[in-house]
Amino acid sequence: MKVLVPVKRVVDYNVKVRVKSDASGVDIANVKMSMNPFDEIAIEEAVRLKEKGVATEIIAVSCGVLQCQETLRTAMAIGADRAILVETAEELQPLAVAKLLKALVDKEQPQLVILGKQAIDDDCNQTGQMLAALLGWPQATFASKVDVADGKAVVTREVDGGLETLAITLPAIITTDLRLNEPRYVTLPNIMKAKKKPLENVKPADLGVDVAPRIKTLKVSEPAKRSAGIKVADVAALVDKLKNEAKVI
Amino acid sequence: MTSLVIAEHNNASIRPATLNTVTAAAQCGGDVHVLVAGLNAAAAAQEAAQIAGVSKVILVEGEAFAHGLAENVAAQVIAIAGSYSHILFPATASGKNIAPRVAALLDVAQISDITKVDAADTFERPIYAGNAIAIVQSLDATKVITVRTTGFDAAAATGGSASVETLAGVADSGKSSFVGAEIAKSDRPELTAAKIIVSGGRALGSSEQFHAVLEPLADKLGAALGASRAAVDAGYAPNDWQVGQTGKIVAPQLYIAVGISGAIQHLAGMKDSKVIVAINKDAEAPIFGVADYGLEADLFDAVPELVAAL
Repeated sequence: MKVLVPVKRVVDYNVKVRVKSDASGVDIANVKMSMNPFDEIAIEEAVRLKEKGVATEIIAVSCGVLQCQETLRTAMAIGADRAILVETAEELQPLAVAKLLKALVDKEQPQLVILGKQAIDDDCNQTGQMLAALLGWPQATFASKVDVADGKAVVTREVDGGLETLAITLPAIITTDLRLNEPRYVTLPNIMKAKKKPLENVKPADLGVDVAPRIKTLKVSEPAKRSAGIKVADVAALVDKLKNEAKVI
Repeated sequence: MTSLVIAEHNNASIRPATLNTVTAAAQCGGDVHVLVAGLNAAAAAQEAAQIAGVSKVILVEGEAFAHGLAENVAAQVIAIAGSYSHILFPATASGKNIAPRVAALLDVAQISDITKVDAADTFERPIYAGNAIAIVQSLDATKVITVRTTGFDAAAATGGSASVETLAGVADSGKSSFVGAEIAKSDRPELTAAKIIVSGGRALGSSEQFHAVLEPLADKLGAALGASRAAVDAGYAPNDWQVGQTGKIVAPQLYIAVGISGAIQHLAGMKDSKVIVAINKDAEAPIFGVADYGLEADLFDAVPELVAAL
């Protein structure tokens, strides 16, 4: 069984981004870029499925600029067998990415696509669900436990109020939540091995997909600043402030 | 121009997030209709009909909707989507699960987590964990939207008198099925609807201490309990208590952060709270940068003392 895992190159989660002075977006020049943390969990889950003998081949995919190759090499160092870059300098929105992925799924015929539940840059939380809809496949989003057997995936999901378990028939889409697994550290020998693994480069036009944005960003600004308040000396002073100044208790 | 709100409900009643979503829908202009898809959900539909500002409720019942499976609910929304200019979901686990499926089937973009309606096609939404606010304009005919509930006031739950129309539901997709759920039963308020939240971090040290220290305070204040990602990852608190960029977004009247350092991902989930209190023994903790009242103290001394003083 083939497993496809899309990965996104995003600003590293430790970087505090700054809004550009012309309000056109955030400044991502010269900041550290990494694989979206949820996508790392997705790759790790696919590798574990391969180690269990459930998956036979893992294909990592990234859509975006040429530098996404680095993200794909990381995915292959974790354990993906090969990679495909859909290269474009255009701004890609989730619907366009879902269409690119659908074209690749049609070509590669995986039984499972595992994606991160959201990217930590645009915080959209859309692509997996959109891909499922375009393919007419079932979905199990926000997964914290995955068992694949007998043409089915039984997935425990993190939902409001607790956990929910679904059974979905393959082929299917799974999106990862934080508690699904803890991704392994990539080792130097695996980084070296990843450099020799195949990485194919295609363009959106090769896949026949129109990636034109459907949402126009008019302005990006800093959020209203919350200024620091005061330090109180002790518990009594705190209770007094809450009762008499803030009047919230 | 008419908006459709997909109600979040448990068949017996409407969940509060639906009320904030109705407010956002009304701001898009035009009438507001509400879809209640469930099983034996007539009571929820009646409740929806009383929400102020709602002019019609569409009730669809069937086994296929008993557990809110995304495949079935999305197909049902598509079946009635034709006449709507805006389709809005609360940005809850359920809404986030279903909305993108609807958008893709309509071949339109989805606008996630809006916090403000500037015009019928223009919305504000936080990006990069709330470190930037984007104003975006949809170029599609139909706007599929998820609504961040903290960005909008709740519509009045009563005062409306909408008609309830019952429609036949779409068939089950047959591709997914509900196996079971572990939903914690609690007498405490729901995290996203609570007026006061007591939230704990890794400094609590263990699951036992997390509960032993924070529960008396939450009980005293009638508060919901929350947690930082570090505390959830360490197993001190269940996953659905996580407040932050990728967990729950909350904006209570009072947020008490106990032993939470204040990573940007955590601040993203609570910095719109009206009053923030931080109790932490590390004077340099970033949480003090957003707290209205900071108490630099050992939480194991300060919290019991606070409980006694209330």
